[in-house]
Amino acid sequence: MSNIYDKIKAIVPEVTIEENGLSMVVVPSEKMPIVASYLSEKESFDSLVALIGNDWGDSLGVVYIIDSTATNERVVLKTSTTDKENPMLYSVVNVWQSADLNEREVYDFYGIRFIGHPDMRRIFLREDWEGYPLRKDYDMSPEANPVPQTNEYNADTTISLQEQPDGTIKEEERVVFAPEDYVVNIGPQHPATHGVMRFRTAIEGETIKKIDPICGYIHRGVEKLAEGLTYPQTLHFTDRLDYLSAHQNRHALCMCIEEAMGIEVPERAKYIRTIMDELSRIGSHLLLYSTLCMDLGSITAFIYGFRDRDKILDIFDDTCGGRLIMNYNKIGGVMADIHPEFVTKVKNFIKYMPKGLAEYHALFSGNIIARNRMEGVGVLSKEDAIKFGIFGPTGRASGWANDVRKLEPYGVYDKVDFEQVVLTEGDTYARYMIRLKEIEQSMHIIEQLIDNIPEGDYAAKTKPIIKLPEGNFFKRVEGARGAFGVYIESKGDKTPYRMKFVSQGLNLIGAVDHITRDSKIADLIAIGGSLDYVIPDIDR
Amino acid sequence: MEVKVDLKSMKHENFKDNEYIEQLVKELREGGTNVVVGVLDDVINWGRSNSLWPLTFATSCCGIEFMSVGAASNDMARFGFEVTRASPRQADFIMVAGTIVHKMAPVLKRLYDQMASPKYVIAVGGCAISGGPFKNSYHVVKGVNEIIPVDVYIPGCPPRPEAMLYGMMQLQRKVKLERFFGGVNKKEKRPEQDK
Ligand code: SF4
Repeated sequence: MSNIYDKIKAIVPEVTIEENGLSMVVVPSEKMPIVASYLSEKESFDSLVALIGNDWGDSLGVVYIIDSTATNERVVLKTSTTDKENPMLYSVVNVWQSADLNEREVYDFYGIRFIGHPDMRRIFLREDWEGYPLRKDYDMSPEANPVPQTNEYNADTTISLQEQPDGTIKEEERVVFAPEDYVVNIGPQHPATHGVMRFRTAIEGETIKKIDPICGYIHRGVEKLAEGLTYPQTLHFTDRLDYLSAHQNRHALCMCIEEAMGIEVPERAKYIRTIMDELSRIGSHLLLYSTLCMDLGSITAFIYGFRDRDKILDIFDDTCGGRLIMNYNKIGGVMADIHPEFVTKVKNFIKYMPKGLAEYHALFSGNIIARNRMEGVGVLSKEDAIKFGIFGPTGRASGWANDVRKLEPYGVYDKVDFEQVVLTEGDTYARYMIRLKEIEQSMHIIEQLIDNIPEGDYAAKTKPIIKLPEGNFFKRVEGARGAFGVYIESKGDKTPYRMKFVSQGLNLIGAVDHITRDSKIADLIAIGGSLDYVIPDIDR
Repeated sequence: MEVKVDLKSMKHENFKDNEYIEQLVKELREGGTNVVVGVLDDVINWGRSNSLWPLTFATSCCGIEFMSVGAASNDMARFGFEVTRASPRQADFIMVAGTIVHKMAPVLKRLYDQMASPKYVIAVGGCAISGGPFKNSYHVVKGVNEIIPVDVYIPGCPPRPEAMLYGMMQLQRKVKLERFFGGVNKKEKRPEQDK
């Protein structure tokens, strides 16, 4: 850190460093473009992990967490503006493409407009929404924004702020869809969008010209809610974001809090958590298999996939008391010890599952129709995967080894031997295959752990009132469909000052337009299914 | 003529008592039903209640459990909910599975309006009933009954598949009680009766 800090300081002498949990390099807002392009071009910081808006009372600003895929170094930048009436910051979209939707999110929540961003529209809330909800002075009364009774209107143009040579900022109107474009509306209620996602799709004949994704049909305002709750109370939100990686998400939040407080988690809890994470991963990949195949016309595959997924849910049910939403991890460990039959049931499942997988391959992987619809369709190159910030299996199917379990081992992943599956084709078929291969690896991990769960406590003793020390904390885990991050800014209270969930899926949506361009409209279904986004996780 | 609400798949005593249904039965008994048209109604309702097709509608977590209800181990087709329909025009009822937020509210209303009568609504899970864990949010509708009329509520977060099946059977019972010909409790009241 100090090393890169010195380098940045050599370029921009005004930067300072803020050591508070994470060490942040504070960059004056007007210097941000220089620092950003220096980092990405000269220092190979090419992967934007998180872009977090915040309201610090007297100023509004953004925190950037940036990784280098070459050296695995990390740098955290912070920039802010004190102008609360008309806040503006420089966009980093031309440096890190994945900032696109993230900056729109910050605009939506905080009203910060980004200079140089091509498309400054709201992303989650309706265009006629009043105010910026995550600002601290936002009027929460329901009267301010009642439940809308009218249908939504979507403008076909957008605003982009551009800096003129003389230093003034000019608003330029940009066209999203021209009058001659033929726009088909897919979603939000469409059986193949896997939730309430909406794509405004411009087509020419059957070929997709452009997709304008519209999110927010399940935006539940979780981050704002979390600011009013104590830490243990915030835990339950994570299960309900990406409900298919419920264990992993909650694991991330618990670890972030534990790390901040310096709680030592017992070994037993770590083992249990890791096994549960892997079981959820298998469950989630099975769901992908089921739904993708169903979207491509194979209902049988759906029935098979769900049959096997239910076995995992039964295991969860025994120990956690819930099938889908488990609420199992807690600060310091897990809520309850494993069920007496847990080990046997998991072993039976591991014994059973290879048979299931063989069946899947026989049923679908080799099917000529399925292969024609998937092979070579929706190709994402490795460079683009990094550019768009596509983590998880989707990125690995394009050849980017980005597994957080390997990069920043947590739980007991450093004790087990498993292979990070990486494919290079980057097409829909690779994205499909990688899921099935990851199921095998997950089973391999569980096999190594299940007999060795150490005796001892399943949770560390914690104080009745949990307070985090002042500072900023960030923790990532490998969710079932990408890296899931939790960022907490604490002022030393019982409640977080800012809690940001770094979504697994937002970047996938950001890349949909790129991946589907010039494909056939029917391929959108296959591509969307293989990207495996979960909408509540995107919208939060 | 006697009014019955028996379902073949579940005996009357196995249902927890449902005041609402009891009330409907009472009203029907008091109103008296003509034997001929009553039988006609029974026949129609037998058919309708055993082929209620839900709309493929889900916004979040509860929707995944609803998928489980449709899949192998729970298989709602056993009870007549044969397939989910992707088009509201073909669906008999809508399972509101998941949180409904402000942006989604007009969409849900529109879906409901697009369905052909007689149509029903089941609110699944805490979110659809009251906003659930997100009740205090700035963007969550506090119960779908603010937007559309609800026939059955299934509590839970998410409700277990068994609970969903139970709730769906309550809907079947309700359907069995409706009278189109000799009836006193048609689903939609005439406007002047409201006053
Ligand atoms: S009730 Fe619970 S499980 Fe259902 S949608 Fe709401 S949060 Fe999810």
